[in-house]
Amino acid sequence: MAKGWLNSVKRGFTKEEALKEYLYFLADDSLILGQQLSKWCSNGPVLEQDIAIINTALDHIGRARLLFQEIARLEGKGTTEDSLVYFRDHLHFKNALLVEQPNGHWGDTITRSFLMDTFNFYLYDSLRTCEVNSIRTIAEKAIKEISYQAQWSAEWIVRLGDGTEESHTKIQESIDNLWMWSGELFENHPVFEILNEELPSFTSIKDLWLKKVGQVLKMGMLIMPSPELWMQTGGRFGIHSSQLGFILGEMQSLARSYPNATW
Amino acid sequence: MGTNVSLKDKFQAYVDAENKVEPKDWMPEKYRRTLIRQISQHAHSEIIGMQPEANWITRAPSLRAKLILLAKVQDEAGHGLYLYSAAETLGEPREKMIADLQSGKAKYSSIFNYPTPSWADMGTIGWLVDGAAIQNQVMLTRTSYGPYARAMVKICKEESFHQRQGYEIVMKLAQGTPEQRSMAQESLNRWWWPSLMMFGPSDDNSPNSEQSMQWKIKRKSNDTLRQEFIDKTVPQAEYLGLTIPDDNLKWNSERGHYDFGEIDWREFYEVIKGNGPCNKERIAHHKKST
Repeated sequence: MAKGWLNSVKRGFTKEEALKEYLYFLADDSLILGQQLSKWCSNGPVLEQDIAIINTALDHIGRARLLFQEIARLEGKGTTEDSLVYFRDHLHFKNALLVEQPNGHWGDTITRSFLMDTFNFYLYDSLRTCEVNSIRTIAEKAIKEISYQAQWSAEWIVRLGDGTEESHTKIQESIDNLWMWSGELFENHPVFEILNEELPSFTSIKDLWLKKVGQVLKMGMLIMPSPELWMQTGGRFGIHSSQLGFILGEMQSLARSYPNATW
Repeated sequence: MGTNVSLKDKFQAYVDAENKVEPKDWMPEKYRRTLIRQISQHAHSEIIGMQPEANWITRAPSLRAKLILLAKVQDEAGHGLYLYSAAETLGEPREKMIADLQSGKAKYSSIFNYPTPSWADMGTIGWLVDGAAIQNQVMLTRTSYGPYARAMVKICKEESFHQRQGYEIVMKLAQGTPEQRSMAQESLNRWWWPSLMMFGPSDDNSPNSEQSMQWKIKRKSNDTLRQEFIDKTVPQAEYLGLTIPDDNLKWNSERGHYDFGEIDWREFYEVIKGNGPCNKERIAHHKKST
């Protein structure tokens, strides 16, 4: 295999490790996106949208809790949802790089949510029929909120794209800037092959995603960049952008300052 | 009654008979203006009040605490929304109210001009600030203007939930490690007096109170509400083993109330005038977001 900057990451997993890894993908995506969206609280452009975006943050963090509780159960040895969130270092976070990209302006946040919500919609829809009970139950609950999120962010893409000249230019820039983080969502990973009888590979929803994203962008008079462009990678292997350190630094600061406290 | 009874007298009789005034009813212009001022001020307080708590959402020390805080601040946005709508029934557009907030013409509760440097403040705000607000708001569920009274019923339910959540945070700190305990005490020290100031000036220095009482917009005086709050809160602090920072605080069995020390009204008026530690920051943050 040709070597690049990810040459030393772990690529071999036991079946037990693979299941946990898959759960970390889901849990860390939800946690980090929820954490990022929660920063909009009291900063929304109008009161109604402040409330709407807080709703999506609540959904993501609520879903992350369910997923971390499941990981904690599998990990055992006194692991809790909070030890996983507050006392893990960046190398052990497995979220996609897209969700750790900065909030930027409203259009940047909407674009990041739109790309992710559309991915989550198809992923969780397929998880509803997967062979792992705990994940199926979580997916069944989550799909309702994810449907709402996907609709909300898609409507915003259309509103901004088909809005004023300024909003059109800005949202097209957001899409162009964030596009290189989208390919990682569908990249293959060694755990998918190990789990292929129980859980869907993320690669399997790529065509659905491309079709939906293309339709929405077209409705917003926006241009979809080519999916063949060079895409960033690393998050699923624990290799992150510089952003994640700041996100974790902020999120973990209080819990780590008083490691013996209960809150 | 004679046929020459003025509209104002009729209005007063209507209010005296404990009827609710509705948006399309005739009302004295001053009644309308007083309510617009009070309801919009209340709405602004909910909205500006989001900021000191929102600043801890990303650092909340557990996922459970993060969700509760996020949901609480979202409730405040919701309260702001009902209250702006209630004020709009009096003919004042939301854009105008927001413009007045941003220009400094409209006020909001001065308590939100204090900073929140500590996680313990998330507990203390819920316990004391929401507690003080409830004292006032329970009274307002019986206010004479119908839309305001009805908005208050819903808001009070959520606020009392917030107060319990705040008390829970303080309780966990008070029963936690020595560092957590001192975190709780330090936060109480800072918030106690500003919380007492929330009820406004003493009755003999409160220019709008008398007319508002007559119109049944307000049903209890500032000093009465403040005393009720103190009487209710002292035992809660004792239960937590925390000390209220007032050397003059003691039970007066003759009055059946706690006696308490003197409020620094100079600080109160300076913060209202715009000289609190966070006045500029709060308005700048609000302008930046809209």
